Amino acid sequence: MEFGPHLILATLEGAVTAAVLALTAVGLSLVFGVMRVVNIAHGEFYMLGAVIAWYVAQMLGGHPALGFVAALVIAPLVVGALAAAADVTILKRIEYDPERTIVATIGLLYIIQQLTLMTYGPEARPVEAPFSGRIELPWFDWFETLFGMAQPWGWSITSYKLFVIFAAGAVLCGVWAMMARTRIGLLMRATQADRDMALAFGIPVERVYALVFGIGAGLAALGAVLIVPIQQAHYLMGVEPLLLAFIVVIIGGLGSLPGTVLAALFIGLSDGIISVFFSPTLAKILATLLVGLVLVFRPQGLFGTRTA
Amino acid sequence: MSMGGRVLGLHLGLLVVLFALQFVLPAYHHGNIARIMVLASYAVGYNILFGYTGLLSLGHALFFAAGMYGMGLTIQHAGFTPAPALIAGILAGALVAGGLALLALRTSGVAFMIVTLMFAQAGYLTILYFGEYTRGDEGFVIQQAQRVLWGIDLSDPTARYFAAWGLFSVCFLLSLWLVQSRFGRTLIAIRENEERVRMLGYDTYAHKLGAMVVSGTISAAAGAFYGLLFGYAGATFGSVQYSIFPLLWVLLGGAGTVLGPFVGTLFMFYLIDLSSGVTSAYMLIAGVALVLLTLFAPQGLTGEVRRRLWKGLP
Amino acid sequence: MLLKVRGLSKSFDGLQAVSGVDFDLPQGEVRALIGPNGAGKTTLVGMICGRIAPTSGTVTFDGEDITRLPAHKRILKGMAYTFQITSIFPRLPVQENVALAARRRLQGRAVEAAAAEALGRVGLKAQADEDAGNLSYGHQRLLEIAMGLVQAPRLLILDEPTQGLSEGEIEAFKALIRALAGETTILLIEHNMKVVMETADTVSVLNFGEMLAEGTPQQIHENADVQAAYLGTG
Repeated sequence: MEFGPHLILATLEGAVTAAVLALTAVGLSLVFGVMRVVNIAHGEFYMLGAVIAWYVAQMLGGHPALGFVAALVIAPLVVGALAAAADVTILKRIEYDPERTIVATIGLLYIIQQLTLMTYGPEARPVEAPFSGRIELPWFDWFETLFGMAQPWGWSITSYKLFVIFAAGAVLCGVWAMMARTRIGLLMRATQADRDMALAFGIPVERVYALVFGIGAGLAALGAVLIVPIQQAHYLMGVEPLLLAFIVVIIGGLGSLPGTVLAALFIGLSDGIISVFFSPTLAKILATLLVGLVLVFRPQGLFGTRTA
Repeated sequence: MSMGGRVLGLHLGLLVVLFALQFVLPAYHHGNIARIMVLASYAVGYNILFGYTGLLSLGHALFFAAGMYGMGLTIQHAGFTPAPALIAGILAGALVAGGLALLALRTSGVAFMIVTLMFAQAGYLTILYFGEYTRGDEGFVIQQAQRVLWGIDLSDPTARYFAAWGLFSVCFLLSLWLVQSRFGRTLIAIRENEERVRMLGYDTYAHKLGAMVVSGTISAAAGAFYGLLFGYAGATFGSVQYSIFPLLWVLLGGAGTVLGPFVGTLFMFYLIDLSSGVTSAYMLIAGVALVLLTLFAPQGLTGEVRRRLWKGLP
Repeated sequence: MLLKVRGLSKSFDGLQAVSGVDFDLPQGEVRALIGPNGAGKTTLVGMICGRIAPTSGTVTFDGEDITRLPAHKRILKGMAYTFQITSIFPRLPVQENVALAARRRLQGRAVEAAAAEALGRVGLKAQADEDAGNLSYGHQRLLEIAMGLVQAPRLLILDEPTQGLSEGEIEAFKALIRALAGETTILLIEHNMKVVMETADTVSVLNFGEMLAEGTPQQIHENADVQAAYLGTG
């Protein structure tokens, strides 16, 4: 097994990361785009999604697919409702002041994380995948003098991982359709473009905000439900996705959905590929520095266009 | 007594009380107060940038850790004695603060917060990456023999209390003087209305740069002393949590007041101390405090005193 | 000539806000700059004091080319600018607002003396210890002017100072300008034609970003082009 198979395998693993990352980051980006606030607690909503998925799977029992499908519906709804409640009780009352919102959501981060620690506990717990066939990937190569097909050892990907990639893609198309084609999407875009004007036209901006905050958190939770059969549910699992989602949203251009998806692919794929060849810590150092420098020198994002 | 006299009296009074306390406190609280004074010095540094200049940094752990490792690594690997090691730590903090300021001050508002967060995170990861020297998360102990400063053994509780008191007194009085000086008053004005300050002929960029370097240097001094007095340096002190702590302390005690950082550190330290006896999820207290403060008391404890009772409190 | 502007232009995204303006302001003159809304007055003044970078052209102050200087350095050379939209420090005392402006050139006791004098000239001495945010709108405008005065500028730029003032306050303002006329050079952006007529030595008219006319208040009053511009028939 040479360089080629390594690269393709890393790319597929990277695509799984990218798919979940895109969901999480689009949630963060949606909130920033429409509400102009940064939600530091976003990673905790992701974590909650995974933990709730574990609870749902435990309670239902039976075939793993049953619990998984139930979690896929229940976790985003519960998390979304929690987030909307947080929006109404906290963010609305501080009038979405950008800096105070960050401080308040830092507080929310610790509250959610520590309450989970107190109830769910410090253990990492797995959720069984609904199906787990392995798909052998063929590899063509020269065998001495003959060209032929080989199936090297370990050279396969689970069908579930492929499902994650497609499911995330489908949800992202759904988000796009909602924003572009539905009335609620129109209301969101109007609120994003000009809050005061939207208010003047009788758009219930407060309800739009609560909804957007809920949808943003729900997308993170959905991403977590998809990933939890591959990783495990743990009360600290929200830290890393938050950081990565930040990186993606900033590189993609704050608040731009296509830019965010593009950046998620870029970061997800390069994260998978880089960590095959470099130390993951070094990769993370470079990524965080990149984000800092992008914000300083290209605040419109790497993929964004200058607007003003 | 004149206005300025009363202000000076109040602040010197706190230092006198803290000095006297060490003769009466039981051992447990004696150790706590020493720790609180060092952490409060960190908060004093944070307050200069956040409370007085209006720049909310989410990356001060970078400066605290720069001081701690600047001190610890030179003792551990370069064979420095405590005095030059402390200076090395403080200088490292000043340099890092200056460097970050040059970049981060090109942004403002939310972008400034994220940029400081990202660079601090890169710094934290760098500590982990060079685990061979820093021992990463595990950290390293600074031996008792390496902690003798001018013949004084800083691992001794009394000496440690004195050193912590000395550090806090210097930082505290420096900030009291600074915010009443010409420079400090300009910083306050920048916090209130930066564009107006610029159009009064002040170089606001240079002022913010100065504020960030002073703030970072004080934070680094606190980090260097913390490592030396308690004999340990670890990567945790460079993590996001240690950037959030000074924000929390200053918000609780009152941003933009000289007393606020100490009051906030004292309260939060004991709140967490008490609750960690009950649950391992003691950071819940910090979270609840942050949310309640933003909702109901953005001025903090000392800020409320100033608003209701003593308008001229610096 | 205290201030000389040559070929000054500014375009925002292809929109020409100011184009090729030449403008001279001699020492000691009170000059009014008028023009319909959107004529480019604030943009022009913004380029003179350094808040806005020009697309092309030069600004010369007291014989020195200051086109590349940042705003705060121009202020140090003796310009003072008061904002069209009141821009003060609402949470600081009135006295400290003025002291901040004075501290650029004075030190110690002299700051307090100068601040007290400036507040006296605009009639805000009694409010010195109040928070500036608690002042009435008219008083905030006067505070803004006091912050300009206390800098003892060689060129005082006032951007629509009488906007929102009561009749009585406008009378006091006119008296203040007349008293200042001997001491310093004043560039006054003004909508209230009565104020312009009674205070200005010379009037410059800006229209669609170009200098339309220049002359004594009387000449401008009778100028057909100016009338057309204001009535919108030109």
